[in-house]
Amino acid sequence: MLIKKTLSIVFSLLLLTNGSVQASPTIETWRTSSGAEVFYVYAPELPMVDMQVVFDAGSSRDGKLLGIAALTNGLLDQGAAGMDADEVSKGFESLGAIFGTNAGYDSASVQLRSLTDGPLLLAALDNFKKVISTPEFPEDAIERLRAQTLIGLQAKKQNPSALARDAFMNAVYQSHPYAQPSLGTEKSVAAINRKDIESFYKQHYVSNNAMVAIVGAVNREQAERIAEDVLSRLEQGQKAKTLASVNALEAANEVFIEHPSAQTHILVGQTGLKRGDPDYFPLYVGNHVLGGGGMVSRLFAEVREKRGLSYSAYSYFSPMRFEGPFIAGLQTKTEQVDEALSVLMENINRYIEIGPTEEELIASKKNITGGSPLRIDSNGKILNYVVAIGYYKLSLDYLETFNANVDAVTINQIKDAFKRRLIPDKLVTVRVGALVEGSKVRP
Amino acid sequence: MKYSRFPLKTLLLSSILFIPVIVNAKVTEFELENGLKLLIKEDHRAPIVVTQVWYKVGGSYEHDGITGISHALEHMMFKGTEKFPDGEFSRIISKNGGSDNAFTGPDYTAYFQTLEKSRLEISFKLEADRMRYLTLPKKEFIKEIEVVKEERRWRTEDKPQSYAYEVAMATAFQTSPYRYPVVGWMQDLDNMTIEDLSAWYQKWYAPNNATLVIAGDVNPDEVFTLAKKYFGPLPKGESIIVKTLDEVKQKGEKRVTIKRPAELSYLMMLYKTPVLKPGSEKQENYNWEPYALEVLAGILDGGSSARIASRLVRGSEIAAGASAGYRMVSRLDNLFIMSGTPSKGKTVEELEAALRNEIIDLQSNLVTKEELQRVKAQVISSDVYEKDSVFYQGMILGTLETVGLSWRFADIYVESVKAVTAEQVMEVAKKYLVDDRLTVAELEPLPIVEQSRYQQGGR
Repeated sequence: MLIKKTLSIVFSLLLLTNGSVQASPTIETWRTSSGAEVFYVYAPELPMVDMQVVFDAGSSRDGKLLGIAALTNGLLDQGAAGMDADEVSKGFESLGAIFGTNAGYDSASVQLRSLTDGPLLLAALDNFKKVISTPEFPEDAIERLRAQTLIGLQAKKQNPSALARDAFMNAVYQSHPYAQPSLGTEKSVAAINRKDIESFYKQHYVSNNAMVAIVGAVNREQAERIAEDVLSRLEQGQKAKTLASVNALEAANEVFIEHPSAQTHILVGQTGLKRGDPDYFPLYVGNHVLGGGGMVSRLFAEVREKRGLSYSAYSYFSPMRFEGPFIAGLQTKTEQVDEALSVLMENINRYIEIGPTEEELIASKKNITGGSPLRIDSNGKILNYVVAIGYYKLSLDYLETFNANVDAVTINQIKDAFKRRLIPDKLVTVRVGALVEGSKVRP
Repeated sequence: MKYSRFPLKTLLLSSILFIPVIVNAKVTEFELENGLKLLIKEDHRAPIVVTQVWYKVGGSYEHDGITGISHALEHMMFKGTEKFPDGEFSRIISKNGGSDNAFTGPDYTAYFQTLEKSRLEISFKLEADRMRYLTLPKKEFIKEIEVVKEERRWRTEDKPQSYAYEVAMATAFQTSPYRYPVVGWMQDLDNMTIEDLSAWYQKWYAPNNATLVIAGDVNPDEVFTLAKKYFGPLPKGESIIVKTLDEVKQKGEKRVTIKRPAELSYLMMLYKTPVLKPGSEKQENYNWEPYALEVLAGILDGGSSARIASRLVRGSEIAAGASAGYRMVSRLDNLFIMSGTPSKGKTVEELEAALRNEIIDLQSNLVTKEELQRVKAQVISSDVYEKDSVFYQGMILGTLETVGLSWRFADIYVESVKAVTAEQVMEVAKKYLVDDRLTVAELEPLPIVEQSRYQQGGR
């Protein structure tokens, strides 16, 4: 199946939403007796529940052992409470439950989707509790996951877009943990041992370092019991320490990686927004005009519609705990990479300089606010918002006030925020592709 | 249809998309006088509505020399009509808070919008207009075909596994049009003209060759009235006879090696298997074989406790990652595909032997009661989980209808899977997963040139 337009840029849009037409989901919150915060939305329509337990145990906590956060997270279900990986997975799948783990830069999470039928749900929750509180990290599982991670790292080397992404993060974040890939490196992954993993787990997978999000057909009282029980066997522990923040770039930087691909992949950007950033709304709305509005953005129009240079052309801010990246990108056949890059740069620079037109701003606002019901039309989407609101301590009325915040953005605010936050002569430019004779962008 | 910006664990999974058929809530069906079929799926959980227009045309309707034309035309469908010139379509949807896009597959071309429910009329107005009145300006085509070529480079040429998959399909199928890539061969894209597209549009884009699927918070009678207003006046197209393009009977295993700059080797084993046939949703024509193949796929690859994960990824640790999937819903007979990447130190040959052993096991021993129950429990729960996505519910109806089945198959899916026995799983394994139906394709990595890396400024 081929999608016409472009990769939808889901991940920067994670935090949006709701209009006046529909009540926002009501988020209730409390703490378990062990101190973990719980965020809950009652969604009774379907007989199912989604739960995510989020730990401050993402790869920015790797320290020197790059990749340990991802390894630890991925090993949770590979042996726990006397069960091997087969028994753990049967414990979910024979009930029709879906279990998953995920480790990113800022956090690591463990997720469950189950039917709310009593015995099925109770059995799935019991298994879930065992996995998060008594993982055993068997040696053979560690070696297997290590080998799979190394294969994953090798797979990135045949993928120009992954190469570009890693090089971009590296160039933008330099000495900050965001500079390092969550999977780690070949050298670091080879060096991690069982003791390291156990101690990473002991320190980070504790109640004081956890939050719980629940969305589904369980009432408040049931949700309280679920959260309480699921965390009941975790150590109390300590909240993870505050990490060093991100430094702004001091100079422009160009990276070129030679790769035998037909296209050259280009990424241009800088440090951008953090969660809860005071410039969030001007930059978010402003970027919608520039390259975030899918098929109607300026970059899409200039790069693709007017010139046919690329299948996708986009820009986005990816808000993270610290300033996550601003990224603009495209891919184009290598012979025309200079033209594509200059169209991209001209448009970014002009936008930083002049900002949007009144008409563009109105159109973007209409898209964002008019589409609010679409962004919370499933339990899965609501769960993502609840996790972000809870984990990053955004205000509980974030969804309710979102449209008003978007509508309040002015052209001057956008211009001001873009000028302060994006510095044209300090942008990182990454190219991955074949070397061309006579290219302007000489290595 | 999800894309992730961070391809981590999923890097190893095959990029092949299988669509299971699962849904069984209330559907209302209408047909307009010009032949347009309407399927309305009510879901009142959120005040939204999804419009999907499905045309019975796609890669498998094409022939040598014009491959990729359905997909290229899909791109051009955003280039305007007399009433709504170039780009207006997406601009109007966007201003109304909607999202819109389109996709082309071997058996269909489909267009969709998601909107707040009161704005359904907007999508009808726009979709009805471009069903018959596309202008297809040459000036736009010249640029857009370059975009399509960039898409092909991005999607296929620069992804070693996708490229290998394209070759594998072209090898497995001899006369079936499933041997063509949906995006088209590059030389056909080079040679394509606006006149080709215009003829293709005239032939396939008409109400009697389309299905309008509406899912969301709507009242079926109101939707019908609205559809009549906008789609009703459209002239019917000439009736089309689709020529038979069945695959000839294969006798003997096929093998192909694809050499490509890459880091990892990759193996695919493609077995020709039957699909659901029209009419078999009725009790008297019920055909259990596709459901038994569906269960078989679940036994092998229905999660982390399934055989591939348990025996090959763990267990023998021959595979770094592997998968199995069966295409049950398709216009013409299709494939059961196993694929994977060997672990470090293991070879493609060893992985192939291990996958073959799994097939032999299925042919020689009955699957356990426990495994059968696990697959059925997953089917029952997925039936609930999938209702969390309004779009997906529409997708299922549109796919079924467009490949020539009836949406009513969705109603019998869960019960039909639940009825499958261990003996039936063994029987389809013996009948279909045999060497005479097999194509083996191997991606053999060529070295990637040493990467040079240069930096200026900074640091």
